[in-house]
Order: sequence, then C-alpha cells, then structure tokens
Amino acid sequence: MVPIASTIIDNEVAEALKKLLPPIDGLTIGLLLIVISLLVAVFGWMNWLKRRYHDTIDPAMVRVFNRRIVAWLTIYVLLGLTVFLGSLTTLCFFLGVSFWALREFVTMTPTRRADHRTLFWVFFVFVPLQYVLAAYSGDRRWFIAFAVLIPVYGSLFISARIAFAGEAQRFLERTAKIQFGLLICIYALSHAPALLYLDLIYYDTGSGEYLPWDQTKSRLLFFLVLMVQLSDLLQFFWDRLYGRNLIAAPINSTKSWEGLIGAAICCGAAALILQWLTRITPFTTYGAAIMGMVISLMAISGTMTMSAIKRDRGVSDYGTLVQGHAGVLDRIDAICFAAPIFYHLTRFFLGAAVAD
Amino acid sequence: MNQSQKLTSAILAITAKLLSGATVRWRGSEPDECQRVYFANHTSHLDALVLWSGLPRQLRSLTRPVAAADYWGAGRVRRYVAGCFNALLIDRHDISVRNSPLDIMLREIGDTFSLIVFPEGSRSVTGELQTFKSGLYYLAKKRPDLELMPVYLDNLNRILPRGEVLPVPLLSCITIGAPIWLHQGEGKDEFLERARQAVLQLKDEQ
Repeated sequence: MVPIASTIIDNEVAEALKKLLPPIDGLTIGLLLIVISLLVAVFGWMNWLKRRYHDTIDPAMVRVFNRRIVAWLTIYVLLGLTVFLGSLTTLCFFLGVSFWALREFVTMTPTRRADHRTLFWVFFVFVPLQYVLAAYSGDRRWFIAFAVLIPVYGSLFISARIAFAGEAQRFLERTAKIQFGLLICIYALSHAPALLYLDLIYYDTGSGEYLPWDQTKSRLLFFLVLMVQLSDLLQFFWDRLYGRNLIAAPINSTKSWEGLIGAAICCGAAALILQWLTRITPFTTYGAAIMGMVISLMAISGTMTMSAIKRDRGVSDYGTLVQGHAGVLDRIDAICFAAPIFYHLTRFFLGAAVAD
Repeated sequence: MNQSQKLTSAILAITAKLLSGATVRWRGSEPDECQRVYFANHTSHLDALVLWSGLPRQLRSLTRPVAAADYWGAGRVRRYVAGCFNALLIDRHDISVRNSPLDIMLREIGDTFSLIVFPEGSRSVTGELQTFKSGLYYLAKKRPDLELMPVYLDNLNRILPRGEVLPVPLLSCITIGAPIWLHQGEGKDEFLERARQAVLQLKDEQ
C-alpha cells in the first residue's frame, strides 16, 4: 500500500513541478553549454597568448577583447539560468538591464531642472509598463499596446509634459534626448524577452503546409543573442585583418566596410549551418541565413549609433562615466538595434496570424 | 539606537546606494576610523544620506551627518529617518551664544565620532559651489586634530533637485580627497577659500 500511495504523491508533485517550471529544452541548453565552454576556451587561450608573447602582442587589444568575452559569458550564464527559471525571470532580467542602461544614458545626457518630473514618469511609469505589456504581448490585442506604448503614448506624453513644465529653452533637443533614451534602452530592448511570448508557425517542407511551431521560445532569444555576439566577434577580426575603408572615421575609428560585409556574410553562413544542423528556429534554412545577416547589419548599426552619441558627448565608454561600472549600455547597443527588427520580421513572416 | 532603527538604517543605506547608483572614489585618502570632518558641496536633500551610505559600514556608525533641524526635525517620519543615520540636527534659525551650533557639534562628537558637514550652509540653486560659512574654520581652530576631508558629490542635484520631492534614479559619484588642516597663522577667509578649492579640485578631477 505504502509504495503505491507514495508513487501517487510523487506523480502529483511531478505534475505540479512541471506546471511551475518551464519545459527544459535540451537543444538550447546543449548549445548554450557549447558556447560557454568555447568562450572559456578562447578566454584561456587569449591569456596564454598574452603571457607567451607579452612583448609582441598589444595588451590594450587583449584587454578590450577579454572584457567583451567576460561580458558575453555573463550574459550566456544568466540566459542559461533564466531558461531554467522561466520566461518571467528572463523578462525581469531584461527589465533590470534596461533600467540600468537608461540610467547610464540619462546620466550622460544633460537634462535641465524642468525635465525632472518628466524623467520621473519615464523611469517609474513607462519602464515598468512596457515590460508588463511585453509579458502580455502574446495576446493579439495587448500586442498592439506593447508595440505603440512608447512610440505613440510615450513620445507624445514626454513632449507635452516638458511643455507643461514651462521651460522653452532647447525644447526640441530636450524632448528628443529623453524620447531617444526611452526608445533605445527600453522599447527596443523589451523586444528581446518579448520573443518568448510569440505564437509562431513554420513551413513544413514535407507537407507543404504551415504548422504551429511548438518548440521552446527561448531558442529564438538564444539565436538572436548568439548572432549579435557572433557579429561583434566577426567584425572584430574582419576589421583588424582586412579593414581598409572606414565607414565613418569621426564616429568610430575601427568599424570598416570590410568588417560590415564580412561579418554579415559570415553571420548568415553561421546561421545557415546552425539551422541546417539543429533546426533551432522556425525559419527555413535560407530564411535563417537572411535573419543572421539582418541581425548582423542591425548590430553594426546599433554600435555605430551609440558611438556617434558617445563622440558627441565626448566620452569613450559609458562605463567610464561612473567609475567601477562595466558600462551596460556599451554591451547592449548592438542587441538593442537587432531585437525589434528580428522580432517584427519573425512575427511578420511567421506570426500565427499568417495562417488565418 | 534601538533594533528597529538599526534595521532601518541598514535598509536606508542600501536604498540610498541603489537610488543614487553612487560610485565612491577615495583620492589621496583611505577609509579610517580616526575622527574626521567630511565637508561637501550641497545641492540636494539626499547629500547627507548618500555620502553617509557611501562610507564603509564600520565607519557609518561612527559618522554623524549635520543636518538642518527645520527639515529633518519636521514630522515624525523625517525625525525617525534622521535618527537612523545618526544625524546631528542643528537649528539654522535659533542661533545664539548659548545655543551655538559649533559647541553642540564639538560636544556631540566627543572623541569618537566624525562629522559630515555642508559648509555652504544651504543647498546651491545653480549647482555652483557657493562661498563657505565660517563654521568649518572655527571647527578646525578648536579641534586641530580633526582631519578635514574634502568631498565632491556629483550629479545628486539631478537625482533630487532643490524643490522636488520625488527622486529620479540616475547615477552619481562621490569623490573623497586628501585631508587638509588649518595652517599656522592662516586667516579665516584664506582657509575657507582653500577648503573650497579643495572641493572644486575634486570636481575637475572627474
């Protein structure tokens, strides 16, 4: 009797746990582990190179490179943890990153006394609201609210609230600064965790029909992050090895056209191979390749845009603004630009509504 | 300080750190338990709280911010909060020979406590550093053993500006410089200007 009763209880517990915890996707976890161990290996190899050839290798370059690797490792480990803990945890993690990035952005951008209350609204109303809506973005009605909250309500509200504050000096400039910060740090980045709430279909080549895609959504987020960082890494090498024609020297002294094209093509190829081997995304093999290229181009655009702002403000890193901080904005500029485009393209082509 | 105030004080310190995103930089000095007077620029009601929270924990219990009684003594909540960070409330309006703020400070710190003071007297409206009131000079004269530490608080005027109630959580920076002392035969104005320059220098170092 006793063993049977305990099996029943065990089953109940297992059921309850299954409901509580998200399904673990073996593929995502496996790939995450591979990427993490690769990064650790590269990190170790870089340090070995530094010690071995310390008089020929440029230590500044190694430092820049190592800093990036550590930041990526952190992101992947956190991403791995949130895969176990569910989409809400991922959402909260991105909310935290967004909030910190906006702090850095506004700290660096001079605002006036009269903007204080507008900023209060931005930080304490629009930031949390956008992420609450992201959690409901799977619902078609709420999706519209999620998509327009900041571009429509937010931008109109900000300009009106600044006008109500009664200071006309540099009105347009002040409005634009706050709107831009909100758009990039919060709105754009919130599309990364919103991927987890997409309802998608895929084209089944066997039957020639669109079928519901019922894989774990964290695969999409993983694909996005991986492509962004791969693009970053590939640019680093292409720029250093073949970079001849700089895109815009006054903005960024390393990004070259060769890097842009080389990284985009390599990213596309990597996405193609990954998709062909693992079927990680709902895209077709060529679809994944195009997505890889688009993500890479958006990532470079993000880095260039943020470089332009930093150059204008006369800072080299957002991190140096306040010493001791890693500079969150420096690390997420690429993903901020890639996430909304990736989200909307995916939704446009493979959103569940396409089948209707 | 009772148990609840101790807990509140720990919570306050964490909240102040989170809210102000403060980085603390010691330039030419190190945290130490010797008696000190931290003197800083004053732009926000948060100044005293943030500077106090920025000190290491063992120094916090030994450091008393000097705060205006008309603000921090008004209302039960503010009085309670002031008690939590061990504030020394000074009445800015009722100053007489019998009730001299300097004597109160000297009496209260004894030979254990350090002080946090804002020698500008009140919060600056423009964010510019105003001229220093003479209190710092007399403090240095009566207690030449105190280390006078210049402190520059950056960006707090944007986190909670004068006249606002709700804070905006930007990032700030606390720079603590090398101690200064009153030179032999140094005049009051001369000393106060030197102290002011010591704070300004930390600002330019950013």
